[in-house]
Amino acid sequence: MRELKSVEITTEKRGWLREGFSNLMENRTFLGFLLVAPAEAILLIFLAYPFILGLWLGFTDTLVGRKGEFIGFENYVSLLKDSIFWLTTYNTFLYTIVAVIFKAILGFALAIILNRDFKAKGFVRAIILLPWIIPTALSAIAFWWIYDSTFSAISWSLIKLGLMNHRIDFLGDPTNARISLIVANVWRGIPFFTIGLLAGLQTINPTLYEAAEIDGAGPWKKFRRITLPLVLPLLAVITTFSTIWTFGDFQLVWVITKGGPANATHLYGTLSFQRAIPGGHFGEGAAISNFILPILVLCVLISFKFLRRED
Amino acid sequence: MYESFWRKFIKFYLPLVIFVIFLLFPFYWMFNTSLKPMKELYNLKLNPFYIHQPTLENVKTLLFDTIFVRWMYNTFFVAILSTVISLGTSLLAAYAIQRLKFKTSGPTGLAIFFGYLIPPTILFIPLATIIFKLKLWDSLWSLVLVYPTFLIPFCTWLLMGYFKSIPKEMEECAMIDGASRLKVFWRIVIPLCLPGIFSAGIFAFTLSWNEFLYALAFISTTESKTVPIGLVTELVRGDVYHWGPLMTGALLASVPVALVYSFFVEHYVAGLTGALKE
Repeated sequence: MRELKSVEITTEKRGWLREGFSNLMENRTFLGFLLVAPAEAILLIFLAYPFILGLWLGFTDTLVGRKGEFIGFENYVSLLKDSIFWLTTYNTFLYTIVAVIFKAILGFALAIILNRDFKAKGFVRAIILLPWIIPTALSAIAFWWIYDSTFSAISWSLIKLGLMNHRIDFLGDPTNARISLIVANVWRGIPFFTIGLLAGLQTINPTLYEAAEIDGAGPWKKFRRITLPLVLPLLAVITTFSTIWTFGDFQLVWVITKGGPANATHLYGTLSFQRAIPGGHFGEGAAISNFILPILVLCVLISFKFLRRED
Repeated sequence: MYESFWRKFIKFYLPLVIFVIFLLFPFYWMFNTSLKPMKELYNLKLNPFYIHQPTLENVKTLLFDTIFVRWMYNTFFVAILSTVISLGTSLLAAYAIQRLKFKTSGPTGLAIFFGYLIPPTILFIPLATIIFKLKLWDSLWSLVLVYPTFLIPFCTWLLMGYFKSIPKEMEECAMIDGASRLKVFWRIVIPLCLPGIFSAGIFAFTLSWNEFLYALAFISTTESKTVPIGLVTELVRGDVYHWGPLMTGALLASVPVALVYSFFVEHYVAGLTGALKE
């Protein structure tokens, strides 16, 4: 009722409004710029400028506290000859691809499980978000202890159950260390997929499933033909976000393995940190982290495409 | 009937329970370790899942032998200031982009959104040189200035979605009645958006509480560290790991975030899904 009234008033006074509007036009732009200015100023100084500066630093030999000289592609050339850099590239892609796939599958599975009515639904939904909410560095400390080579609870249980006769060296062996980190990353990332996809699943009209059941569709067919196509745009956006975060990950690896054993778990993030902050080579560090850019651009383009389509 | 219970058990309860155990185990492990005395922690004969002699020894060590409290205070200081800065500037920006529809509002909104996608891993080295030039190296103020770079894009995006969802008519009516734009903003827009502002605020607080890379790169004095950095760098000296106090610290440092979260779960879920859908 109230809405109706307001519409009437707007139409009634439209002529008057239009006059005022043209006067306001200037004002509006001015006010717009004025209100955006504080946010924009912070983002220009501390986001846009460092972004460009990072590209530039990659072409210099800057050290901590010393202004660098332009050295062209020297950093990139020496990185391409560096076996540790190639190992890091392999690790970063392996880590991202495997972790994102598992996060997507397990997160989707949990979303489907939770997408039904049961007692304590709200409570369960609340606790499963915890890994995503609690500071990653802190949960990483817990994983570090769980993966301890002597006192690991996992080793203890497996030995007690008679499934194994020796302790697992979780972080001392390259393959084990990679698996351990991926498990920790998947653990942290599942809730994001689950909560995001759950919101998508809840918007699906249940009559679609009823109609499909009447037509004799089984659970797999219902999933394949109804659920998946309807949540696909949302899944794409969530996956894009997760890919960017995983590809640029730092905390988990830094806390649990520091890139070891023998650089077997270094990601672009941890290697560039090691070379730049303790090592002091800002130019080289910037060059390493710039390798994240192509994936970032690709992900941005994909998410842009899907966001556009939703509009 | 019996048959269907088992079917439901296999299809629903069992996987749900496995997921919940997997997702909560590390927290249980923090709790479990933090209450154990040193002797028990390193005794391989005892069942590690059970606490035989619970003790508060680790809490005592953490509170009195380290400057954990100082780290907590530092983290609060940075989280609250950067949240306030980000929330204020984002609110103005989101209103301008969504409501004023000025000439470049579309591209501005998009640019801010893309800002959110740039990972700190790309930015921390150039930012370190900037912080160095500003003479803010090793100061908490560097974090107060830098955290808004990921908080503003997030808050602006969330609030833009919120502005979109509330009808314009009320603001238009007030303006027809002669209220100025600023008055409308203060008296109508802000009260109507309070839940959205709230969601953005608690999200920003949690995000800055959780930040690790910038704090690790810019802060080196023990007294100026934030909680995650302090725990990871100060409680591990050489090869000596103080697992008891370390786990107690991880647990206690999670408490503020967990508390904020448990009170406002619905805002979190709404904020997260809202941000995704927009």
